[in-house]
Amino acid sequence: MSKEAPKQAVQTTGHAWDGDLQEFNNPLPRWWLWGFYATVVFALVYWLLFPAWPVGKTYTKGILNEITYTDAKGQEISTHWNTRSLLAKEMQESRAQQQQYVAQLQDAGYREIRADQKKNEFAYSMAKVLFADNCAACHQGGGAGVIGHYPNLADDAWLWGGTYGQIETTIREGHMGFMPAFEDGLTEQELDDVALYVLAKSGEKVAGEQMQRGAEIFNGETGGCHYCHTKEANGMTSMGSANLTDHIWTIADVPGKSDLASKKDAVKQVIRNGVSRKMPAWKDRLSDIEIRMLTFYVHQLGGGK
Amino acid sequence: MKHESIETNSGLLIVLTLIVISIGGLVEIVPLYFIDDTIETVKVADKDTIRPYTPLELRGRDIYQREGCYLCHSQMIRPFRDEALRYGHYSLAAESQYDHPFQWGSKRTGPDLARVGGKYSNEWHVQHLREPRSVVPESIMPNYPWLLENKLAYKDIRSRMRALKMVGVPYSETQAEYEANIERFGQEVADMLDVEQAETNLLTQANRANYDGNNSHVTEMDALVAYLQMLGTLVDFTKFDEGYFAQFR
Repeated sequence: MSKEAPKQAVQTTGHAWDGDLQEFNNPLPRWWLWGFYATVVFALVYWLLFPAWPVGKTYTKGILNEITYTDAKGQEISTHWNTRSLLAKEMQESRAQQQQYVAQLQDAGYREIRADQKKNEFAYSMAKVLFADNCAACHQGGGAGVIGHYPNLADDAWLWGGTYGQIETTIREGHMGFMPAFEDGLTEQELDDVALYVLAKSGEKVAGEQMQRGAEIFNGETGGCHYCHTKEANGMTSMGSANLTDHIWTIADVPGKSDLASKKDAVKQVIRNGVSRKMPAWKDRLSDIEIRMLTFYVHQLGGGK
Repeated sequence: MKHESIETNSGLLIVLTLIVISIGGLVEIVPLYFIDDTIETVKVADKDTIRPYTPLELRGRDIYQREGCYLCHSQMIRPFRDEALRYGHYSLAAESQYDHPFQWGSKRTGPDLARVGGKYSNEWHVQHLREPRSVVPESIMPNYPWLLENKLAYKDIRSRMRALKMVGVPYSETQAEYEANIERFGQEVADMLDVEQAETNLLTQANRANYDGNNSHVTEMDALVAYLQMLGTLVDFTKFDEGYFAQFR
């Protein structure tokens, strides 16, 4: 039996390495070649249909690719295909689609939205995304905030007020939270006393004598704390001063400390250095309806009044 | 010429490859310098609202580059609906016209920063740069604590501005250039772009805004936060119709 001869002699490049190592010189596979021609044809069609070639100070706009959108004055504008016009068109279409829901919310009061399940669900899902994009960086995903930096939105303690109207104002206009630093105004002893007094207001057991001295500083002219925090230490929502009697701490990390001495140090630190923090205003970034939906969302996180 | 003779002659192959690639560049890049619509006109009350960086912002931009922020953060919002909803209006060519090099980036490990300016408070930025996970628990961004400790080096700020001026950024050195800037940007901005006043402007801006909450000296944090807080804020999009910027395409 003889070995079957190869159907066709394969061409080589004619060079041999190491005696017998040769290189085939096959033509390109036919499917590959046709694929290549297809891309050339695709390019030619693309040049015709889409903006492609620069010509002087302008460029070819392509044919059969008109996009129509409506401008701010309600005029329909038709133009050659481009991503910016396409975006304008898509934004308008999606806004029109959302409009049927948004329109229902536009004029609805907050309580009406809360009562109606459909409106409630739409507002919630819309605001949830907005909250994650815009608010969660500071107030955290669930609204729990960060002690020392950003207030908790999920509890029922509100620096600037927790009614729908107050929350909306806070989001729209932003706030500057400010408490002066007392490092120059009070001595170490006085800082100790007033810090203990503040802790006592939140239920810590403090000796009577120190309470007495702390109260004098808090309610007198030495500290003048009562001007903002009130004599009852309830705080004032009109100026964002904290309620010091509710056992809730947004700046001094009192809950994280176990003994009175370190709690006192935490509070003292705040009184010594003061507080300066800012909630940005959102009215230029978010639309009216977005702010209202966020208000609704924040209110229902747990503590809305 | 048969392609075998090209493939077996590497010198010729290199030359022909370069020619083919240059055609791509010539056709795709060069015309942009001549096409009228490449850079959008952004004028409010007849003044350009997009301006070069102030000295402090410029140093912030330098630190942004030094720390390699562009490796994980883009500054290019594309004209897609999902990006518009998350980040805001798409970036304009005009907004990068004074960037050398541009900071568009090509990878979003972190979010796009083209419109991060004004979105968060200065305090948030300082805390986040120092220790990102203290405010964003799931973040994988590294800590940059040295920004708060390093005093900002700004002795060479004039040279830095002059270098950018050489590539076309309108910082002013002569009276005529200064006046041209007043005409183009208005008095307040023109003062900021004056090379002679660079150190004073830098210190004034840092001390007035006090970005890092510590006014005893100007830190690298001051500069970086100043830069981040102005990103994407120069165009007031409420002043332009939705389709206005589409006419440039």
